Amino acid sequence: MYRSHVLVCGGTGCTSSGSQQVINTLEAEIKKNGLEEEIKVIRTGCFGLCAVGPIMIVYPEGSFYSRVSADDIPEIVTEHLLKGRPVKRLLYEETVDGDNIKSLNHTNFYFKQNRVALRNCGVINPENIDEYIAYNGYEALGKCLTEYTPDEVIQIVLDSGLRGRGGAGFPTGLKWKFASGNRGQVQKYVCCNADEGDPGAFMDRSVLEGDPHSVLEAMAIAGYAIGANQGYIYVRAEYPIAVARLEIAIKQAREYGLLGKNIFGTDFSFDIELRLGAGAFVCGEETALMTSIEGKRGEPRPRPPFPAVKGLFGQPTILNNVETYANIPQIILKGAAWFAGMGTEKSKGTKVFALGGKIHNVGLVEVPMGTTLREVVEEIGGGVPNGKKFKAAQTGGPSGGCIPAHLIDTPLDYESMAAIGSIVGSGGLIVMDEDNCMVDIAKFFLEFTMDESCGKCTPCRIGTKRLYELLDKITKGQGTMEDLDKMEELCNYIKANSLCGLGQTAPNPVLSTLRYFRDEYIAHVQDKTCPAGVCKDLLSYEIIADKCKGCTACARNCPVSAISGKVKEAHVIDKTKCIKCGACVEKCKFGAIIKK
Amino acid sequence: MKSLEELRAIKAQMQMKIGIRNDDSATAHVVVGMATCGIAAGARAVATAFTNEIANAGLNTVAVTLSGCAGMCALEPIVEVTIGDAEKVVYVKMDAEKAARVVKEHIVGGNVVTEYTIAAAK
Repeated sequence: MYRSHVLVCGGTGCTSSGSQQVINTLEAEIKKNGLEEEIKVIRTGCFGLCAVGPIMIVYPEGSFYSRVSADDIPEIVTEHLLKGRPVKRLLYEETVDGDNIKSLNHTNFYFKQNRVALRNCGVINPENIDEYIAYNGYEALGKCLTEYTPDEVIQIVLDSGLRGRGGAGFPTGLKWKFASGNRGQVQKYVCCNADEGDPGAFMDRSVLEGDPHSVLEAMAIAGYAIGANQGYIYVRAEYPIAVARLEIAIKQAREYGLLGKNIFGTDFSFDIELRLGAGAFVCGEETALMTSIEGKRGEPRPRPPFPAVKGLFGQPTILNNVETYANIPQIILKGAAWFAGMGTEKSKGTKVFALGGKIHNVGLVEVPMGTTLREVVEEIGGGVPNGKKFKAAQTGGPSGGCIPAHLIDTPLDYESMAAIGSIVGSGGLIVMDEDNCMVDIAKFFLEFTMDESCGKCTPCRIGTKRLYELLDKITKGQGTMEDLDKMEELCNYIKANSLCGLGQTAPNPVLSTLRYFRDEYIAHVQDKTCPAGVCKDLLSYEIIADKCKGCTACARNCPVSAISGKVKEAHVIDKTKCIKCGACVEKCKFGAIIKK
Repeated sequence: MKSLEELRAIKAQMQMKIGIRNDDSATAHVVVGMATCGIAAGARAVATAFTNEIANAGLNTVAVTLSGCAGMCALEPIVEVTIGDAEKVVYVKMDAEKAARVVKEHIVGGNVVTEYTIAAAK
């Protein structure tokens, strides 16, 4: 019996910051001090506060160590694990209040969060099914099989108000209901969309890495509800840790008979296989995903017929997002009313957001639907660093829109976001400050969607390209006011005529930035300037003669030798050679070089 | 696994081991002094004894933690037991055997083992 458990985050973020070395050193030091029988080391999934990883939590005290390096470990072991004295200077600073150590739940980051989909992430060892079971794992499946009929299960999901967390927000219960006819008479499939293609999004990845069994259990429940005996998880190959953990989880579930034939001794059988994506954003679209599983090039199909009627291999299929599934076991165990008690009237439950960009507390947060953007940015996120001003937040990645500063009190729920021209999307939330150019941001997302367009339908294939070209023109100072109108028209055309969600939402970043930051577009077009100082072709770097000391540091570091000048004499930048890399500004100790 | 009962058996067994990962849910705290004086006096064995006895008694909401030197080095190993909102009880000159008795009579039974307390030692 261990007297202490030390949990170290093994999510992708912390792993790339060296958490595996931390674990290795920890195990070695514990052994060195003869503590192996007393202290257990557990590698968990993502605990959310990625900004300060690698993260380590010591129980039962609940001490939260942040930015842990292998070098800190000997001290932590001898001081804290051996002698019981937490090393204050290595604790997450917000938990240290003079002589007291605050509980993690009272820090700004965690206080307003409600971890439902993420409940086990950072708490259990995802490679040990017994730990999942200890936290009520597979109870929900057991309850469904022994106490509820398939229709009752669907009703619970309907009553909970759960809506698809992949971005579209379609009522999950309704989707299952549409696929539930003719149970037992026709082959059906349950699919999981683990392709998570939005740049900057890692909500699903964290669930897959930190709590894979919650997805397996939910898929089995879905299979029971609609009458399917086979599931597929379509997971992107760019998530090797998630793939490995899923494989282990499936193997362990099969060993326990929780997947396979006659689960819990009933006549319900269900098994799951993985299919790996190969890097196409469009394969996150439901029909393209199914086409990909069928072994064909990932291209969407027209709907109707909808997958619930004719999906994978032409059979009735339901496809749900990872986060949607992660909520299901809890809804079954705690009841629909519990879930519906959180969130707003039309958007029930919680949502996981991947907070990134210009914000202090970069990481993963889960909040009740309806929490305002201000609460997420200022309280949970800790605000914009370096004294910069909040300019906008992009939600929903390349399919979403931006929320400008004057709308920061907008609640984060499906209806409120749609009303201002954005979407909740999959949960990516990128914060931008005064140094971001909104035209450049729109161009960035268009470049992505243009690249990822599968090419099947003309409006998207050609439309996104033409749209990108217009944006590119504008960022290079060659746009006209007429171009702005043309862009808007093109956007509406692409939205209305594209075959699938990729094309239908690709114009959103453009439409949204045009709506709220039109003045920035006009500055690029009429004044040929970039107010944020980002668009290179509209910038020039200049040396202020009377500030220059002639130290030659800039000239020596210029990669294209564009700076000339004698020692102790004012230097000059040749603007025709300058590639605007900014190296000179970085090197100048006298603030003599400006960007305008 | 052939039945829900089997699943629940695994869960019960695991919960004993995993119970300490809950931040604010401990109903009782056992704090063992583990500064150099404590370690020298044998506090490690006392902490282990408490952990094992508590596990055997099936209590998964009792947290065993360590602390530093309280100052009364001559009386180590020192253990402070706090149950719920009650005032803490300070046991001195503890050993593995006394630990077993404290778990049985005080933590489980609710009766302070007065002869081991600091008041009795003075």
